[in-house]
Amino acid sequence: MHNAHDIALLLARFQFAFTVGVHIVFPAFSIGLAAYLAVLEGLWLTTGRQVFLDLYRYWIKAFSIVFGMGVVSGLVMAYEFGTNWSIFSKKAGPITGVLLSYEVMTAFFLEAGFLGVMLFGMNKVGRGLHFAATCCVSIGTLISTTWILASNSWMQTPRGYRIDPTSGQFLPDDWLAIIFNPSFPYRLVHMTLAAFLSVAFAVGATGAWHMLKSRREGKISSEPVRVMFSMAMWMATIVAPIQILAGDAHGLNTLKYQPAKLAAMEGDWTSEGHAPELLFGIPNMKTEHTDYAVGIPLVGSLILTHSLDGKVPGMKDFPRDQRPPSQIIFFSFRIMVALGMLMLLVGLWSLWHRRNNTLFTSPLFHRVALAMAPAGFLALLCGWVTTEVGRQPWTVYGLLRTADSVSPVVLSSMVVSMTIFVIVYIFVFGSGLGILVRMLGHEPKEGESNPDPAQAPEILAIRTHPAVVNASTGKGA
Amino acid sequence: MMDFAHWLPIIWGVILIAAISIYVVLDGFDLGIGMLFALERDRTRRDVMVSTIAPVWDGNETWMVLGGAVLYGVFPGAYATLLPAFYLPIIVMLASLIFRGVAFEFRVMTRGTVRERHWDFGFMAGSALAAFCQGTILGGVIQGVSVTDGAFSGSAFDWMTPFGILCGLSVMCGYALLGATWLVWRTTGQLEAACRHWAARLAVGLFAGIVAVSLWTPFLHEPYLHRWTDWPDILLVAPVPLLLVALGALMASALRKGHSRVPFLCALGWFFLCLTGLGITIWPYAVPPSLTLWDVSSPPSSQFFQLVGTAIMLPIILTYTIYSYRVFRGKVSETDGYH
Repeated sequence: MHNAHDIALLLARFQFAFTVGVHIVFPAFSIGLAAYLAVLEGLWLTTGRQVFLDLYRYWIKAFSIVFGMGVVSGLVMAYEFGTNWSIFSKKAGPITGVLLSYEVMTAFFLEAGFLGVMLFGMNKVGRGLHFAATCCVSIGTLISTTWILASNSWMQTPRGYRIDPTSGQFLPDDWLAIIFNPSFPYRLVHMTLAAFLSVAFAVGATGAWHMLKSRREGKISSEPVRVMFSMAMWMATIVAPIQILAGDAHGLNTLKYQPAKLAAMEGDWTSEGHAPELLFGIPNMKTEHTDYAVGIPLVGSLILTHSLDGKVPGMKDFPRDQRPPSQIIFFSFRIMVALGMLMLLVGLWSLWHRRNNTLFTSPLFHRVALAMAPAGFLALLCGWVTTEVGRQPWTVYGLLRTADSVSPVVLSSMVVSMTIFVIVYIFVFGSGLGILVRMLGHEPKEGESNPDPAQAPEILAIRTHPAVVNASTGKGA
Repeated sequence: MMDFAHWLPIIWGVILIAAISIYVVLDGFDLGIGMLFALERDRTRRDVMVSTIAPVWDGNETWMVLGGAVLYGVFPGAYATLLPAFYLPIIVMLASLIFRGVAFEFRVMTRGTVRERHWDFGFMAGSALAAFCQGTILGGVIQGVSVTDGAFSGSAFDWMTPFGILCGLSVMCGYALLGATWLVWRTTGQLEAACRHWAARLAVGLFAGIVAVSLWTPFLHEPYLHRWTDWPDILLVAPVPLLLVALGALMASALRKGHSRVPFLCALGWFFLCLTGLGITIWPYAVPPSLTLWDVSSPPSSQFFQLVGTAIMLPIILTYTIYSYRVFRGKVSETDGYH
């Protein structure tokens, strides 16, 4: 059973999961942070308040680090389809490769082209154009999300294709049907909101950390810290409930188009009405039973069909070789939902503190907000595990098996590449995380630079890249 | 329609060569500057070197993502054959580019600690290794890939031949030359003078590399030899070596006379000629010596849809890329960061 090919397949899958799992955190961070920076700069330009410029300059440094890590880890993805999944690439390339090309041309270049201006160019192009550059970068991240989710959703719910009888290639028939496939709108909304929510909790935790620190030192927290915390909590209050509704809609979409995935997420084996919702259990793929199950009667049907006697699918409806590994996604799904509920509670709790005027003075709430720093990212990763592991055993759902997608690469090469990636990723991205945490450990200062906006970017530029200022125009030199 | 379907892979072949060429020269000088860290130890001058590319390297690397994506979408047969064939050098190249890419930020963020030195080293070694891997992959494509039934059927180290290693070293030398001439253009004083000195030596090294690769290549496969020696093909290809020598002479004199931009443009010219020569040599193969562009291309519907987007987007991309370069134009000097 476990011959070299099986192990190579397992390694190829693990390697892809590992590299994409590390990667996805950075674009999610960039999507949320770019939008936040655009909002901050817009507020600064319209209100003229120094605090928004301070926050902009504070977070743009984090952005430059996160974005850089996203670029280099993303480059790996663009080539890993070919190195590890060459059969998939050859068969699905006429569709997924084209969508990826559109992503590069409409999004990556836009982001990269204006990132330089955004980071280093404020005194060279003026405020208006600089704001436009920030907006271009932010819009670029959203366009990128759109294309990659169109591609991913097509793999989940393929439409608009024909299969070439001789080569087995997927031939595009209808590009609109390919892009706007049934799960795409739900996935796009769910992912974008997840990115916003992740960044809201990261920003909120940074604010909470500085307020706790000021309190320990007997100082009053600075205005930028209070403003960032308040903005982050507004975001949590507003976005968390919307995200839960979006997730519910996405779940119903999965029920309709990928019932086997849904049965595995729920740990249900037999299709039934009046289904309970399992809070805990250990699905056993061999005995076709979920052990130690603890459930609430009827709620499963209620959540999935919005009626008490609605019929929900069971894994026994599907042949054994078409069931996704329930023992993984049963848990990843529950962790995601639990984190989502926690984020909702924190958002509501912040409203209560706001009403009592204790938002900036409650150490307990600040500790909770600090502890929630990774909540959004963890939920996002669990969501991806659920949807991608839930797609198994297929790469293109129902049409192309994962086992038939892998490259003809020998096991030893797979082992070498896996080793390289694990070492490099842990070292590089671990260092990056360390640098980021240290950087966010420094408090943003009030009006730390000349309020004249012409001077501000220079200070930023010098801090980020000591010699970036240009000799020919160098106003500040 | 039949005719158009025949022409589509040719159009895409030209676009792909253009995208690769743009990547090679743009990221070429970035990687070259990384390698020149080995010759320049002074932190202030290293900062200047990095500053000339910090606002643009990210866009430069995006051309490589485009190359990968075009190969994936338009020539999936080549993507699915070449990437498994060059599995190890590609993985090492990607890992090297990770070190190089994050070092831009990390070396400044860790300033004053022992880690700063590590990231400087990562910037240099990552650049050098990425350049070497790109060269061996290029050499590997020229010398050909074993294919059975449209899939790679060779072994993991087929690319590791004397020819592949020669190509790897030549590309390292070439990128370092691009980096040095870029710095001649974009910097002043001591650094500029040092770069003139390095550029002259690197140009000699690259010229030797080009001559060696050019003389070796025709003997790898029979069709290559015919392409460069048969009448009347020779009329088409003869200008390539002649222009190469002419540009070399121009570069040498420009470096001596103190021109700031001409040496870089000459180095670009060399790369353009080499890539054109490469295209002429392996034409019409996408995966020499067995798969042609038509064997590996996706259906016309995919190629056409992507062509529409490319026709619209590429001019826009080029416009704002040029804009972004113009924003940061001019010489960068050592004193700028320290006022």
